[in-house]
Amino acid sequence: MADDLISLMIDGVPVSVPKGTLVIEAAKQTGVLVPHYCYHPGLPVAGVCRMCLVEIEKAPKLQIACATQVAEGMVVHTQSTQAKQGRTGVLELLLINHPLDCPICDQAGECELQDFTFQEGRPATRYSPEYAKRFNPVEDFGPDVLYVPNRCILCTRCVRFMEDVAKEPVLNVSERGDRAYVGIHPAARLDHPWAGNVVDLCPVGSLLSKDFLHKARAWELDKAASVCTGCSQGCNVTLDTRENVVVRVRPRPNLQVNRYFICDHGRLNYRWMNRGDRIEAPLVRRGGELHATDWDEACERVATLLRGAGGKAVALVSPKASTEALFLARELFAGLDWTGAFQVVMGEEAPLAGVPELALRAERAPNGRGAELLGYSRDYPAALSAAETASVVLVLDEPESAVRTAGALIYVGTMLPERAREAAVVLPIANVAEEDGTFVNRDGRVQRYFQAKPAPGMARPAWWVLSEVSATLGRGERLATADEAFDRLAASVDAFRGLSYGRLGFAGLPAPAAVPVAVPA
Amino acid sequence: MGYPHKPHARETVLLSKHFGEADARSYKGWVKRGGYEMLERALAMEPAKIIDLVKESGLRGRGGAGFPTGLKWSFMPKEKRKPHYLCVNADESEPGTFKDREIMRWTPHALLEGAAIAARAIQAEVTYIYIRGEFTEPWAVMAKALAEAKAAGVFGRGKIHLHRGAGAYICGEETALMNSIEGKRGNPRIKPPFPAAAGVFGMPTTINNVETLAAVPLILKQGPAWYKGLSLASPKSTGTKLFSVCGHVQRPGNYEVTMGFPLKDLLYELAGGMRPGRTLKACIPGGSSVPILDRDETESCLLDYEGVVERGSMLGSGGVIVFDDSTDMVYQIMRLARFYAHESCAQCTQCREGTAWTTKILERILAGQGKTADLDLLLDLSENMTGKTICVLSDSCAAPVVSGIKKFKNEFEDYIAGRRKPVLVA
Repeated sequence: MADDLISLMIDGVPVSVPKGTLVIEAAKQTGVLVPHYCYHPGLPVAGVCRMCLVEIEKAPKLQIACATQVAEGMVVHTQSTQAKQGRTGVLELLLINHPLDCPICDQAGECELQDFTFQEGRPATRYSPEYAKRFNPVEDFGPDVLYVPNRCILCTRCVRFMEDVAKEPVLNVSERGDRAYVGIHPAARLDHPWAGNVVDLCPVGSLLSKDFLHKARAWELDKAASVCTGCSQGCNVTLDTRENVVVRVRPRPNLQVNRYFICDHGRLNYRWMNRGDRIEAPLVRRGGELHATDWDEACERVATLLRGAGGKAVALVSPKASTEALFLARELFAGLDWTGAFQVVMGEEAPLAGVPELALRAERAPNGRGAELLGYSRDYPAALSAAETASVVLVLDEPESAVRTAGALIYVGTMLPERAREAAVVLPIANVAEEDGTFVNRDGRVQRYFQAKPAPGMARPAWWVLSEVSATLGRGERLATADEAFDRLAASVDAFRGLSYGRLGFAGLPAPAAVPVAVPA
Repeated sequence: MGYPHKPHARETVLLSKHFGEADARSYKGWVKRGGYEMLERALAMEPAKIIDLVKESGLRGRGGAGFPTGLKWSFMPKEKRKPHYLCVNADESEPGTFKDREIMRWTPHALLEGAAIAARAIQAEVTYIYIRGEFTEPWAVMAKALAEAKAAGVFGRGKIHLHRGAGAYICGEETALMNSIEGKRGNPRIKPPFPAAAGVFGMPTTINNVETLAAVPLILKQGPAWYKGLSLASPKSTGTKLFSVCGHVQRPGNYEVTMGFPLKDLLYELAGGMRPGRTLKACIPGGSSVPILDRDETESCLLDYEGVVERGSMLGSGGVIVFDDSTDMVYQIMRLARFYAHESCAQCTQCREGTAWTTKILERILAGQGKTADLDLLLDLSENMTGKTICVLSDSCAAPVVSGIKKFKNEFEDYIAGRRKPVLVA
């Protein structure tokens, strides 16, 4: 192995990286971020912005770190006077035609042009204010994308994304010289199912999301690592919240799952997380009506129903529920003749052509695989008919469920649909943005998501609610964290054995059951 | 020879021997003049042997960079794993250069023969001749000649295509030319990989200038030693070179002289000197991309790769632009900068923004609104535009600006100080 490693020195720090590594990536290993615009690890190298100029000893002139491969014994200086002057020169040129309209630009605060200019730009321009700046009107590129050409630095990330990753080359660089701008095919729209990524890729405020337009300043946002609930792919995302309202979903890099991208379906499908019509307190049936109560009474009522249950029990669960909740729901029925099932909403599959194994999946369920691993069936109609004669039915976050039962209905959910008003007990739970938990994606990868905002009223994570009921039944300790819930799951279910919540980290791990058996070498 | 002028006695007429002879354009006429004999000889030779001959001759690329041709050919993979390509760069767009145009107009078969020999040497199956879009007459002549040569079976199983440019200066840059052939936007590529590894369509490719290839049959005919002997000064520069002389001389045109010929003699004897009552002020010796020489430098300059570098410029493409004392150097430099600003492909920041900014500053100086600080700004800007981009277009814009300010600073200062009447720049 060691033979394939190349040793070099970057700003006095020795580093060894695999052959073929680019200097800009090797620099990251030493903790140095070489300023850059056109380079993006998810796109082919263009080498056009010329921002990542570094000095390499024995090279006759400055080199761009993004297109130069490491060589044995190479000595790189990213902070030498010459390199810095080269980059300062680029920054000055990038700004001469830039409108400097940061106060009304959505990108302000997360703009690489701002950041690097503050870092190593000139304090003032030498471009005379008498010269006109390049002006082109804003263009409507697609359903969610606006192009503001005046802010464009022509890094071509968007062009390369559409050409090489989406494989739908509708963008190009039109015109030449300082008249150049990003053009769109006159008969095309930027409406590819993954087109929204160009907004994230744009290092400046030139490509904007209409959905996020003027919604928040970057510095007002809180960020939480999460997993997209749009389909079974399990793309890693960041939920951006402003005052506890989710305002934006952006991709979070995970080379094993979604690389640097998410589809527009996942990106724009977050408004339900902010719904106001939530159940804010546990409800119990008293005198034919549901009455708000405290958690103790509600849990006691559920425990009583379960203790008294004879015959069949049915669980109708959502494939959007956390693995922990699905596990604890199953545990409630221990000793009973139970059936558990989930139903999956289906949609159209939309692959991202340039990335293998990445698509908006037809199965619009983030945790169908998790439910399967925990023994839930896909035969929802059978479970529905079993529910009719069951003595107790638990519905976990399935507002659309067509459940009918002669027995007792326990409804655990975020909202109170009409049918749930017949329930004996209603337990309010948090949604995905309001709790910690895990999903298992279609490939069997167990991935954590983190809380982005508080749950309303008395609503609690489903795993907490179900563990309270368990404890009330006298089965096991109360669980305080998703960490504890997951570890209990991993200790008792073979499909998860050996995993720990901590080790899942931000990138997740494959569930052991999903790992192909290694062939001994 | 400076057609339509008669050849001057001091010219060494090899490439231009048949300029002006309409009959030489036809296949028959060319064969009558001994054409295609060398191709036959080359086809009987081992490819490596042809490369060795060209290496020995000392022939260097006539497109501008002056890279040794034989060495370039030898970079092609010895073991053939992929199809090899030959590209002929006939996108002659460098302001002040019009030599390839004449070769194609008068001796199209010389180019075709040279290309066929080169294709043999590098084992190329396919040859592309990329002709500048504006070259309507050369295109027609080449198309006719190619049809005749194909009919005569000159290329055997090899494929040869004419490809017409669409009017972009940058497509004369070798990798931009390859992108253009592929149907892509004519943007220069990052090197490495070099064309010999991955050129047109990602295949090993050699690209040569028209004049370079036209010289190859001559080298085969008379031998590398003879060609190497054609050298008046530096032994590293051999053979003859066509110089396109334009501007303030009495007889502008193409002149073919041996490497190392004095620039002074080219201007005053061959091209007839300045107009009556005028004196030489400056000269751009190698096409618009190279630094400007002042009068002293011009008059002491020897025309070969080393000689011109010694005077602080470059031989380039051999486009000699002459300025007499009536010339407004600030205006000339602005016109050059404007050309590069217009032709920048817009990839690299320094070039896209720098060429346009340079032009604006120069226009403002000409309009009488310049500031003293503008000169330092121009120099600093030029420094930023030199050696930092994918290709050398941006360097080419900076070269005349830097040399112009260095050598004709007083003219800039006259505009800035208001001692000179402002020029309305349209």
